[in-house]
Amino acid sequence: MQKDSATLIVDVLRLAKLNKYYRVGTHSLHVLRDIELEVADGEFVAIMGASGSGKSTLLNILGILDDYDSGEYWLGDTVIRNLTERKSANYRNRFIGFVFQSFNLLPFKTALENVALPLYYQGITRRKRNQIAAQYLERVGLRDWAEHTPSEMSGGQKQRVAIARALIAKPRLILADEPTGALDSETSKQIMDLLSEIHRSGITVLVVTHDQEVAARTQRTIRLKDGKVMSPHDLLASTSHAGMTVAT
Amino acid sequence: MLQIVGILVGLAALAAAGFLAFTLLRVVGVMIVQWRDLVSIDRWSEVLDTIRRNKLRTALTMISVAWGIFVLVFLLGLGHGLDNGLRQSFKGEATNAIRISANKTSIPHNGYDIGRRITFENRDYDRAKPTKLPGPDGQGIDHISGQFFIRGGQFGGGEMLTKRNGKANAFQINAVQPDAFYLTTYTIAAGRFLDYADVAQRRKSAVIGQPVVDYLFHDENPLGEWITVAGVPFQVVGVFKNEGNAERERQIYIPVSTAQLAYNGVDHLGMLEFTVGDADAIQAKAITDVVVGQLAERHQFDPTDRQAVRVFNNVEQFERFKKIFWLISTFVIVIGTCTLLAGVVGVSNIMMIAVKERTKEIGVRKALGATPTSIIAMIIQESVFLTGLAGLLGLVGGVALLELASRGIDNEFIRNPSVDLRVGVAATLGLVIAGALAGFFPARAAARVNPIHALRDQ
Repeated sequence: MQKDSATLIVDVLRLAKLNKYYRVGTHSLHVLRDIELEVADGEFVAIMGASGSGKSTLLNILGILDDYDSGEYWLGDTVIRNLTERKSANYRNRFIGFVFQSFNLLPFKTALENVALPLYYQGITRRKRNQIAAQYLERVGLRDWAEHTPSEMSGGQKQRVAIARALIAKPRLILADEPTGALDSETSKQIMDLLSEIHRSGITVLVVTHDQEVAARTQRTIRLKDGKVMSPHDLLASTSHAGMTVAT
Repeated sequence: MLQIVGILVGLAALAAAGFLAFTLLRVVGVMIVQWRDLVSIDRWSEVLDTIRRNKLRTALTMISVAWGIFVLVFLLGLGHGLDNGLRQSFKGEATNAIRISANKTSIPHNGYDIGRRITFENRDYDRAKPTKLPGPDGQGIDHISGQFFIRGGQFGGGEMLTKRNGKANAFQINAVQPDAFYLTTYTIAAGRFLDYADVAQRRKSAVIGQPVVDYLFHDENPLGEWITVAGVPFQVVGVFKNEGNAERERQIYIPVSTAQLAYNGVDHLGMLEFTVGDADAIQAKAITDVVVGQLAERHQFDPTDRQAVRVFNNVEQFERFKKIFWLISTFVIVIGTCTLLAGVVGVSNIMMIAVKERTKEIGVRKALGATPTSIIAMIIQESVFLTGLAGLLGLVGGVALLELASRGIDNEFIRNPSVDLRVGVAATLGLVIAGALAGFFPARAAARVNPIHALRDQ
């Protein structure tokens, strides 16, 4: 949605020599190793990797839910480092929209209230945010489901509500963690259609997935292995993956 | 050894108080930052939502607090009733009054045998009057009266036949100095009390109680009218009242000098009575000893002779009662507070479980941009609301039971058991604070929820 610098290629996020360790007892686990990553404004990127490759950790760091040990993480023109809880909450609220595998909707709230929740934390009045939430529900095709609670909805519908919630604060970046992981192939396709549409509207979308088909729908795939980003060279050297696209 | 324990207990109390103050300040700080939420329909609907989702748990939590407040209020009310009952026995009496009445010796002294009757005189009154303890602001006698007992009437039993217009009845007659007024809690309903001109001029003035008016005068105005006391006419100059104890109103006050003249009293006195200002029990005893010493010297009796003069020391009595009141109220507060504390710990405990259950929800909220402060405020608000509502129920229950009890119980020990508005306000305020404290630890636990872990567990 931010199209003010159309001629310049602006990075939404940039990681430089980013390292992350987990301390397990006396051992230190090197989870992310010198990650270099640039995502331009308006890109649609998939992050793939086997379990244990560090992709969840990477997503948590990108979502400012976790800290890193060294290197730099630029979100827009801000270095995300040692933020206060209050600041990081604010960044999460305004710059990042989350979509989770298990939807993470609040079960006791209606679809409309779930979508409106991020605006509650911006201090927007109930009336106004419900109005906006209704628009976003309509955008994901669930206008008639506004007053239903998640338990009355199908998985695909829940994920649509979650996507509407991720969009409502007009973030620059959508972080989707296995968004189709809990859905059948037909519904997965619909959700990916929706994410593509969001991407076309100008929002940067990052999808973490282990599904080849999902990754194929994006513009670029970044592969993680043992905490490292694999270069195109590495990829060619390794056993070839059918249908894989590498865009730079 | 005991001192060390005392110091340790003191330090522990200080640390606890400091911790409580700190926690409260934090909570208040959060509330100030989030003040909008306190009046926001959104926040309240969130709180009510949570409560509605866990009806049984909410009910159990509330019962523990309601019970605590119920017990506290009921005990406080009962304590208040006990206090009322004890104070009632002092109604009509100044609590700083001391009376010394003349009696018979029981110890041989200076060659005098035992059984000698002591009689005070006007000179004893004059001598006792300026008594003051040494020191720049030593306590002393501030009001004093000498009382003459007509025809050797005993203290408390000097009833005389009083007549007017063919009506006659026996009333207690007190022949006193004007300052005797200060030994009572009387109020003047009409006219005035005796004054020094009455005494100096030996006027036949009388101040009578309301029942005397009712009996002798009915609806007539008694002021200026004459009554006959033991054959001597007196003119009514005033009417007094004694709130709360009408028994003491069946009395008539006349000037001591007039009585001494009219009833062959010479300059004899049966009793000295005085008040001692703000003196405490020890000072009151010292003042009494000075006066008794003067009397012993003049009337040649052993100052340690408990029978020669009899001392009635209200200060000592009242101080003893006050100590009992204090013990009772401390006991009540300790028991009530402990019960309440148990309730508050219960709330805290259950809120802690609630936070554990809501880990995922809190994680989602944080991922969507909830600040730790807003999470803390949400939990604390819920806690304060629960505690406050439960406490209010307990308060109402306790007051209702007291109301019932006050109809059933009304004897000389317990009178009008009730709690006043201040206790209600203090209890409510205390509950809000207790609720905030109960919510603090669960709230902090909630604020520390790591969204990564929260979102991971399914």
